[in-house]
Amino acid sequence: MNIVVLVKQVPDSGAERNLTSDDNTVDRGSANNVINEMDEYAIEEALKIKEAHGGEVTILTMGPDRATESIRKALSMGPDAAVHVVDDALAGSCAVATSKVLAAALGTLNADLILCGAESTDGRVQVLPHMLAERLGVAALTGARKLTVDGASLTAERQTEEGYEVVSAATPAVVSVWDTINEPRYPSFKGIMAAKKKPVRTLSLADLGVSADEVGFAGATSAVVEHSKRPPRSAGTKITDEGTAGTQLVEYLVTEKFV
Amino acid sequence: MRLSEDHRAFRDTVRRFVDTEINPHVDAWEAAGRAPLHTIFGKAAAVGLLGLEYDPAYGGEGADHSFQLVAAEEYGRIHAAGVGMALGVQAMMATPSLHRYGSDELKRRYLAPAVAGAAVTAIAVTEPDTGSDVARLRTRAVRDGDDWVITGRKVYITNGAQADWVCLLARTSDEGGHRGMSQIVVPTGTPGFSVGRTFGKLGNRCSDTAELILDGVRVPVANTIGAEGRGFQQQMEQFVVERMFAAYTTAGQCAYALERTRAFVRDRTVFGRPLAERQYVAFRLAELQAAVDLLRSHNLATCEALMAGEDVTRMATVAKLTAGRLVREVADWCLQFHGGTGYLEETWTARFLRDTRITSIGAGADEVMLQVLARLDGLP
Repeated sequence: MNIVVLVKQVPDSGAERNLTSDDNTVDRGSANNVINEMDEYAIEEALKIKEAHGGEVTILTMGPDRATESIRKALSMGPDAAVHVVDDALAGSCAVATSKVLAAALGTLNADLILCGAESTDGRVQVLPHMLAERLGVAALTGARKLTVDGASLTAERQTEEGYEVVSAATPAVVSVWDTINEPRYPSFKGIMAAKKKPVRTLSLADLGVSADEVGFAGATSAVVEHSKRPPRSAGTKITDEGTAGTQLVEYLVTEKFV
Repeated sequence: MRLSEDHRAFRDTVRRFVDTEINPHVDAWEAAGRAPLHTIFGKAAAVGLLGLEYDPAYGGEGADHSFQLVAAEEYGRIHAAGVGMALGVQAMMATPSLHRYGSDELKRRYLAPAVAGAAVTAIAVTEPDTGSDVARLRTRAVRDGDDWVITGRKVYITNGAQADWVCLLARTSDEGGHRGMSQIVVPTGTPGFSVGRTFGKLGNRCSDTAELILDGVRVPVANTIGAEGRGFQQQMEQFVVERMFAAYTTAGQCAYALERTRAFVRDRTVFGRPLAERQYVAFRLAELQAAVDLLRSHNLATCEALMAGEDVTRMATVAKLTAGRLVREVADWCLQFHGGTGYLEETWTARFLRDTRITSIGAGADEVMLQVLARLDGLP
């Protein structure tokens, strides 16, 4: 099975993250950039499928030059090759434009299965898998906590707030995963060294036949107009029990619409 | 020496290994007085930790020594030092002589399973009357045809109760002193080999430290590592690597302890302001960090010299002496700045103080390091 895993480089969610003051985009320059956490689960799932059914795993990343670090890191886990879409005109791309570029790149990769994280820890919009599936004309099995492959048939347990739904589709398809699906491996010494020799192909917008004005700030369908820091946490409500604490607690929960 | 992007990636891997495979379990292992070494070593081998510098023909990674430094520094973040010590014994104390001097057959038979994490190993040198003074050891191997017949007693053997084979130093002739000793691979399942008592210790409680008894243990002379009669010299070389491991790990332990203590003093409020705002606290922690930085620089220089093929006896001895003394100071101050909390067994500072005290004793006591250095400086 030919599997493509979408990998995004994001600022480390464990550290302080900021937006830049000039164009309101995520400040990637000063941040410690890492592989989007959820994408590691997608990579692990791809490797497990490859180990069970054979095939090839390719990483697909859209991002600036420095995203190469994350591509190498992803490759050190075990995938075979990577494709890096890199072009100055991509800066500021919205989800719609990103899906256009990734769909164009996927058009060159002949994937049976496209795996990705259910969301990125910077954008968190969760729409990319659906947009991609729509553009490619394939099924979208999103938010999977379990995935079973049986020949050309895919069955996923789709995680919901109430429980899960069982959905299935034939390949090719897009499957997005949550962190409940597996436990990602970490690279071995051999994996780290081998990753340096794995092929990474770079593609520009021109290579993909996508015009620069359809992407980046120029082609963005949404714009961040302004941003401000989240205000510091204020002190919570403290209830001292003088016989009526229970009632006060319930009143608080009702006021805050928790119950 | 500057570490590269490869080192950074490898450091991430070791850190994840420590965070996921080791640290969640150490409290249970400490309570049990034993860490399951076969399980741990299997996982360590899967990421390449047990044969970093060894020949790929025996399952090694073929890496240079600097990756060993990175691994050892990260072992400093293990929440019970006994586990790091066990990993160190396997990779940097019991196997270097075998890799360097052992025959191909011996390496296939004993090194390869150790690198793969299937066999646990130990270094059997110390005896009841012979600690750092190795020249006086009494365990004797007498030749009988193509076999050695070995009789003697070894004590304080780390990994001793779980080892599948030991790298044993025994007297193989009557020349006396530093001559006439050999390093021999002794499988622990050989008739006549038994594990005596395991010792309760101040720290490193998850590390089994055992007494080994050899009563007419018969192993092939082909199990001799390198040249017969060169065991002391080979072991001295192996001790140099051991000292370097101790110094690397200690630098990692100190840096991690200070990082945790800085976080604590920033958080802890005393008399209305964070403890970190007390100049004495901040300055003392800065002084200790500066000393750790110097140790780390020295370690990197030692690592680089070793990789260039230089004799690093002096540098490794300085590193080990400095590390042993520094970690005692760091452990004491980290506990002190945690106040009463720091004295509680449930706070990391207590175990850290107990665990790290061995550094000034193991792999040659501070006083032996001083003796080595004094002699190198031309003093009697």
